[in-house]
Amino acid sequence: MNASAQALPPPDRDPDARARLGWTMLALVLLWPLLVLAEFRPWALFDAGNLRVMGSFLGGFLPPATSTEFLGYLLEATLETMAIATAGIALALLLAVPLSILCTRALAVSQIGPGPGRLGGNALRAAGRAVLTFLRAIPEIVWALMFVRVLGLGPAAGVLALAITYGGMLGKVYTEILESTDTRPARAILEAGGGRFAALAYGLLPNAAQELTSYTVYRWECAVRASVIMGFVGAGGLGQLMDQSMKMLNGGEAATILFVFLVLVLFADALSATLRRALA
Amino acid sequence: MNGTREPCAPRGAADFCLSCVLTGALIVAAVAGSFAYLGIDFPALFSVGAAADMGRFAASFFPPDLDPGFLRKTAWGALQTFAVALLGTLLAAAAGLLLALPAAGRHGAGAARLSRFVLNLLRSVPELVWATLMVLAAGLGPFAGVLALALHTTGVLGRLFAEAIENAPPQPEQSLLETGCGGVPAFVYGTLPLVWPQSVAYGLYRLEMNIRMAAVLGFVGAGGLGQMLYFHLSIFQQAQAATVLIVMFVLVLAVDALSDRLRAWMGRN
Amino acid sequence: MGFELEGVGLTHGNGFRALQRISLRLDRGERVAVIGPSGAGKTSLIRLLGTALRPSEGRLDVLGANPWRLSAGALRRLRARIGTIHQSPPIPPRLRVVTAIHAGRLGRWPAWKGLLSLLYPVDIAGAQAALARFDLADRLFERCDRLSGGQLQRVGIARVLYQQPDLILADEPVSALDPALADAALGELVAESGRRGASLFASLHAVDLALKWFPRVIGLRGGEVVFDLPTARVTESMLRELYAAEGGVLPMQARDAAPGAAADREADAKVVRLDTCRGR
Repeated sequence: MNASAQALPPPDRDPDARARLGWTMLALVLLWPLLVLAEFRPWALFDAGNLRVMGSFLGGFLPPATSTEFLGYLLEATLETMAIATAGIALALLLAVPLSILCTRALAVSQIGPGPGRLGGNALRAAGRAVLTFLRAIPEIVWALMFVRVLGLGPAAGVLALAITYGGMLGKVYTEILESTDTRPARAILEAGGGRFAALAYGLLPNAAQELTSYTVYRWECAVRASVIMGFVGAGGLGQLMDQSMKMLNGGEAATILFVFLVLVLFADALSATLRRALA
Repeated sequence: MNGTREPCAPRGAADFCLSCVLTGALIVAAVAGSFAYLGIDFPALFSVGAAADMGRFAASFFPPDLDPGFLRKTAWGALQTFAVALLGTLLAAAAGLLLALPAAGRHGAGAARLSRFVLNLLRSVPELVWATLMVLAAGLGPFAGVLALALHTTGVLGRLFAEAIENAPPQPEQSLLETGCGGVPAFVYGTLPLVWPQSVAYGLYRLEMNIRMAAVLGFVGAGGLGQMLYFHLSIFQQAQAATVLIVMFVLVLAVDALSDRLRAWMGRN
Repeated sequence: MGFELEGVGLTHGNGFRALQRISLRLDRGERVAVIGPSGAGKTSLIRLLGTALRPSEGRLDVLGANPWRLSAGALRRLRARIGTIHQSPPIPPRLRVVTAIHAGRLGRWPAWKGLLSLLYPVDIAGAQAALARFDLADRLFERCDRLSGGQLQRVGIARVLYQQPDLILADEPVSALDPALADAALGELVAESGRRGASLFASLHAVDLALKWFPRVIGLRGGEVVFDLPTARVTESMLRELYAAEGGVLPMQARDAAPGAAADREADAKVVRLDTCRGR
């Protein structure tokens, strides 16, 4: 080791310092326009008018609205939300199942070998995947908004919006699940000349069924939440009820609906967990 | 063959799972019940008339309005939506980290329970509901969107950060505390470097989700592309709405790609 | 005064008795090595002295105070005067060496200085000097995960020396170094203790190093002190009895160096200066 008598070279400067400074300055320079664009005005929270509105709204939280009439609406809306989610998932399955059978490489006869029709098969699968991506690309609430324009207010808009977007999501995940399980039984059936559906039913489903149903039930739980959100653009259910209450600045009703929503989410979560265990 | 079955053979058609069948029947009943309850008039919905209506509606989106003045407005809306998503996520990352420390148990069990409760509450309320509340608190405009995203995302990121902090090895921070270091510097020098890469990855992932949410929050008055879309659809200007939709799509793709590149770069370093 | 233990025992949470009836005394500036087979309780003893663990029974005085009777502030100030070298340096891999070294003085620096140092290192010269003593000055700005095991261990030692404590506790500080480097590193530690009058208490795996560098040796086995003698009075038979459970074979640094030590030797071959036989 060094004897301390030897003079050390002069201390270095931190080599990373300049780059760090550069990035920091860049971030600060970009931050200012971002704040302006987003109309960042924290003082607006303390503006007298806003405080008054917010105060009276929050004040209305207690007592929460518990009139029988309102509770009746609440029950209807809750059932409607769950029905929208269930019906939406059911229709989504109508889209997802055929598309996933089309797209999954696990059932691709032309891939064995590869054999004849490979190019056509690949093209078809690519097209199917493109369709699935398109279905997923637009958030369901945007679809809901557009369907409300055409079909009017009510649950139909929500059901169709869910059918489209969740059809895309379920289709994509089904494709992946079918490809990720052991595909040898299915390939064996295809190689023996069996049809696609036979390969699916006897080769893939026995292994994949549990994962498929588990994901579907999880998606149903998400659909319940999405149904509430879509209600804000007029697609029925708890969301529409809450939107109306908030537009009338009725804090009591909004608080009750919010509470019911949280309970509903917990319930859906518990139901989904039970179902997934029962189907295991 | 003798009667023994391979233990690992996949279940074939011969297996009969009673609970599966019962659950399946219940599900079918629930689905049928849902359709009945909603009372959607399916024949009318899928009738020729309705299909023609939908077709006309869909056709009215083309061609999208490409007038330069309107494109400028749409670009401005896209920048505004991006700003809302980015600011909301940044605020949430800071607030989430602040709440994650007590939630991970750094200040005792009582603080941990309280902060976890707050994080759960923030997470459970959807962004859109927060947005309607924030419009009341801060007025219409993108700032309400920033607050709404920040509130919801704090709950999400706070919980993820707290889990990462709890799972990090305690030795670095512990050894610094044993040299008489204060709690904050010990955390920053000891545990933060361990959870930093994972936390940034979570943040980028949330940014990707938030750019989609930011677009949608405009529906309740939080500015950006969402407010434009809502407005133009309300007055039946589908061509303009089509432009906004296309720009929304492009914005989401761009942010996804940017986030992917950043995560790949971080993975290499 | 270094430390004093009287009848100290330590029982871990799971009921395991790590230490019992330990009575030791270390004066200011004294240097002691503790040796013994694996599981003897060396690490527990070091952690006890470093105020990381509370004794289950007995009296403990470190640097003139009972640490567990002090207020929080006084305990912090006491801890800033104790430096522990861990066998496996507790340094986050992504940290740069300069930051890892600076962490040693966080106990003395105000919080703002510690945080500021992350933006730009506040004492590059000091960190460089500490590293230079271990021939690692050229690694100042590298990330710790780019260092070999032996280099990292030396960084750990340098960090404690940078802390300038009044009591140095070392838990197998040179286990990952090859014999030449281990010898040199211990020499640095002993020199530091002499220069600043700091007490040095080191647990060592290698008996040859303990006998060479320390005027007093403690033998620990099964959580109890077997002997506590000046080095000259330690006999071969005492040592063999101490390590009886391991077949009476005495561990030596040359024989039992960590696997990475060979690579370390190559990495440092150009820079190491063999300076053996530095006196006691």
